[in-house]
Amino acid sequence: MLKFTLQRFFVALLVAITVSLVAFSLLRLTGDLATSLAGADATAEDIAAVRKSYGLDKPLLIQYYNWLAGALSGDFGKSYYFPATVWELIGNAMPITLTLAGLGLLFSLVIGIPLGVVAALRPGSWIDRVAMALAVIGQAIPNFWFGLMMIVLFGLILAWFPISGNQTWLHFVMPSFVLGYSSAPAVMRLTRSGMLEVLSADYIRTAYAKGLSPYRVLFKHALRNAVIPVVALASVQFGNMLTGSIVTETVFSMNGLGYLAWMSISRQDFPVVQAILLLGAMFYVWLTFASDLINAWLDPRIRVG
Amino acid sequence: MDDPANRSRTPGLFALPRGISDPRLDAARILAPGPFARATRRVLGNSSFLIAGTIFGLIVLMALLAPILAPHDPYIQNLNNRLVPPAWYDAGSRMHAFGTDGMGRDYLARVIYGAQVSLMIGVSSALISGIIGSLLGVTAGYFGGRVDMVISFIITTRLSLPVILVALAVVAFVGASLTLVIVVLGLLLWDRYAVVMRSATMQARSMDYVAAASAIGASTPRLVFSEIMPNIVNNLIIVATFEVANAILLEAALSFLGLGVQPPTPSWGLMISEGRNYLLFDPWVIVIPGLALSILVLSVNMLGDGLRDISAPENRN
Repeated sequence: MLKFTLQRFFVALLVAITVSLVAFSLLRLTGDLATSLAGADATAEDIAAVRKSYGLDKPLLIQYYNWLAGALSGDFGKSYYFPATVWELIGNAMPITLTLAGLGLLFSLVIGIPLGVVAALRPGSWIDRVAMALAVIGQAIPNFWFGLMMIVLFGLILAWFPISGNQTWLHFVMPSFVLGYSSAPAVMRLTRSGMLEVLSADYIRTAYAKGLSPYRVLFKHALRNAVIPVVALASVQFGNMLTGSIVTETVFSMNGLGYLAWMSISRQDFPVVQAILLLGAMFYVWLTFASDLINAWLDPRIRVG
Repeated sequence: MDDPANRSRTPGLFALPRGISDPRLDAARILAPGPFARATRRVLGNSSFLIAGTIFGLIVLMALLAPILAPHDPYIQNLNNRLVPPAWYDAGSRMHAFGTDGMGRDYLARVIYGAQVSLMIGVSSALISGIIGSLLGVTAGYFGGRVDMVISFIITTRLSLPVILVALAVVAFVGASLTLVIVVLGLLLWDRYAVVMRSATMQARSMDYVAAASAIGASTPRLVFSEIMPNIVNNLIIVATFEVANAILLEAALSFLGLGVQPPTPSWGLMISEGRNYLLFDPWVIVIPGLALSILVLSVNMLGDGLRDISAPENRN
């Protein structure tokens, strides 16, 4: 297990470094920052002054080194737009997005796993077909549009939930449902196929044969094994939700990371965009690492193979 | 003496004339149809594939025939004729079946032309990403070892970059346009192709017929293109359909956020974004393009599901 952990850790670290380089150069190479910062009617001297004061005149590699060294010690620099550090802006927005993504993941698991189990118990039955149809339709509906439809129905017509902001827990119901429903189909499909595979295994027949109650067989023997791939999927989905929050937070006007990212992109607040991009990538890298470890712990075969 | 298997071949009184088939042979053919007949039967037996194919075909036709089908010019504004509701509303007009938008442009015409934008972006970016992803995937799967390690590393790196965020940032800093959206999505969405093609190639490479071809001295390109590729190309097509749907949804999201296709181009995502201001009193303004988008993506996804069932019915679950 130690060897496996170290191996995975090393790969994750390598990916993390590469991603930070990509995130840095991607935004540096797509345009001349100093020109756009200086404004439309800036003279050449203005641009040069901006370039110098923001440290953009140094070689890219040195800029990258400075940025990374700062980032590692939690200093992402100052916002170009607000009189605040990038970390302050992110720190204010992060809890909202984490709550949203956490609730979204909860929604998708609560919808996806039971549906998948029920569908796998009676493959080909009407309930299986309804579940599959829901999954196919769920994957086709764009989530920003689904969010707007929910605003119209539950926010405006029925007036059950507030339609924008993030003040109370009621504000989180619709957005987290919108975030969660889009990954529920994947959870459901994976649970269903995992259950189908497990239920036909010999040890399940043995469990039934030795007289265990169907409830015990289903939950202690079958589900535990069927859910292994769902753990990996859930961690990936959690990462997706952090970026999916860009659209959802914009629709529901919540001051989370996604909304901050979108606003920062449109006002060219470069350090903020870069920090969020790096943070999103890091979340993915380390979530994948964590899910690898959890999987190896649940299923010892993975450690060896 | 009277061996039934030899009867038709024995010349004599009971021999069938040439050109007329032996009814027993027909029976045999039905029992063991050829691969093409089997595929045809699977296509015809898969009703959701047929329905999805029909819907998708109609949308493609609608996009191609947009200049003929559209009742009005999708760009002409008429500020005296803003937000006319669709024909099925009491206040609707027969002139505008889907009503008019906030600038008085005919909504039906914009929906019809919007299909062009969605399909163009979906297909072109899936093509770009398909080429990148298959190249990487097949190379990794064929050569294995170090090559595989490097490519797997590239795939992991790409997977950890959040697509929407990168696309938004690049489009914002370079300047939004239809071409840029296609290129950016094409350069970002190759991961699934690479993953699938890599494992499919690995699987095919270990088959006996590849070893046999290699033993008679076939070159690497020959092995890849005439032995391995034909056997894994169905995976490529299946991934491609899902990526078309994915790219269409992403374009809509980017356009919705204002950093995709730019006005006045009729993109369904953009139409939803423009309709947000009329959410309260005229919800149909966002319902119509949203439905169009969902139907298109649904039909493409169902086509993909159907293709998977048809090409490999054994792993339907």
